[in-house]
Amino acid sequence: MQLAGRLGGRLLPPFARTLLALAVLAAPALAGVLPEDEADLMYHSYQGGDITVNGPSVLIRKKVGDSLSLTYNYYEDMISSASIDVKLSASPYHEIRKQNSFGADYLHGKTTYSVGYIYSKEPDYIASTSYYSISQDMFGDLTTITLGYRRGWDQVYRDLCAAPHPTNSECPDIINDPTFHERADHWGYSFGLTQILTRNLLATLNYEIDTDQGYLANPYRQIRYQSTGGAGFTLAPQIYPNTRTSNAASVLLKYYLPWRATLTGSYRFYHDTWDVTGSTIEADYTLPVWKRWIFDGSVRYYTQTHASFFSDLFPYANYSNFMARDRELAAFDSVTLGVGATYQFDIPQVPWIHKSTANIRYDRMMIDYKDYRDALLAAQYGAGSEPLYKLDANVLEVFLSIWY
Amino acid sequence: MRAYGEQRSGRGSAVRRVRGALLAVLALGAALGGCAPLEPWVKPYEREHLADPIMSLGRNSIAASYRDHVFETREGSHGATGAVGGGCGCN
Repeated sequence: MQLAGRLGGRLLPPFARTLLALAVLAAPALAGVLPEDEADLMYHSYQGGDITVNGPSVLIRKKVGDSLSLTYNYYEDMISSASIDVKLSASPYHEIRKQNSFGADYLHGKTTYSVGYIYSKEPDYIASTSYYSISQDMFGDLTTITLGYRRGWDQVYRDLCAAPHPTNSECPDIINDPTFHERADHWGYSFGLTQILTRNLLATLNYEIDTDQGYLANPYRQIRYQSTGGAGFTLAPQIYPNTRTSNAASVLLKYYLPWRATLTGSYRFYHDTWDVTGSTIEADYTLPVWKRWIFDGSVRYYTQTHASFFSDLFPYANYSNFMARDRELAAFDSVTLGVGATYQFDIPQVPWIHKSTANIRYDRMMIDYKDYRDALLAAQYGAGSEPLYKLDANVLEVFLSIWY
Repeated sequence: MRAYGEQRSGRGSAVRRVRGALLAVLALGAALGGCAPLEPWVKPYEREHLADPIMSLGRNSIAASYRDHVFETREGSHGATGAVGGGCGCN
């Protein structure tokens, strides 16, 4: 039996998995008013760094009576990866992640109670999350305050190649390593405030504290350290701390312009106990034109420092008690440019649909790493002297929405 | 072998911070409760622009959440994106 080490980059940090679903289920839920009955069908695609991820997503919201709204979301990632991590120490792979999410919003007066459950499964990772939140309108509906809590339980596995392909690096028979089964637990607390400042200006503040405990590393990725007496390197397993606590705070301003357009600006600050500090600045512009069209454009800048135990090339084996070389923990800057269009159309044959839209959005993501090098070029430049790695990605979403 | 030191904080510290934040919210509520009722400075009939769908914080939520998903996959930061944040009392 041979270690396939096929993943080389689980595509989503454990707790982020839950955030995705929470955003879908809970973002439009306003205190004092339930979300509209809606159905969305989306195809999404990510291509970058020799990774392709695409798949469908379906979202359905339906009111039951005047006080209850139910939400269901199905989301799927079909992943094909031959990323730099895979090329360095593993084999190309294909896998599917499926996620089912259920949510309910109950409205009582000016208070909305929300609960939900999210279940995500892929061959080597199972994540379960429950969440609860309460939102309250106050001060003449100028202010909405939301308190949220969520809890996650993850099961972490590692895959093996039971029978390597005789002629290429792909593995036709992947199984879970029977000697590897870890857990990770998550707690998240959030506070949100939305404030009407003027007849044209909204502001939101969000604060979130998350704690993760358990196996938090990627079992496939590896560190590298300088080989003794040479310009090469040797690979070794990563060693992560088993706890992480993060704080994130954001502010967003949304302004209605006189020609019926909106300008949105936001800033987020992030810091965690691994010494990763990140800042995100984003500006969005939305412009409706020609009655049926809405166009969007956005610019997003992100920068982060590296984790205290990250190094692209450790000087020797067992250099530290914690060691990582995950790109997500490196220092880098990124710029993302996005454009989108929405077209509103009618379906007269279906009278119970009162609004429908076709939507497309494209984002170009450009990441410049500051201390993560392209180790595949070590033979040419020497370990530690390779060019810094860059990642450009194309992100596409195409979706239909109906309201009924 | 060089040690970076043990992990700081952890769950105990997180719980203490959350408890502090909740106490601050309760104190703010108690303080405001002792004041005269606040008059909304933007009247309901002045919220036409705020109620326009293009001002919605949840517009195209399925696409926005996917976009957040992509960023969180590639970045060390996460959270405070309003996933369970406040809404807008615009109606």
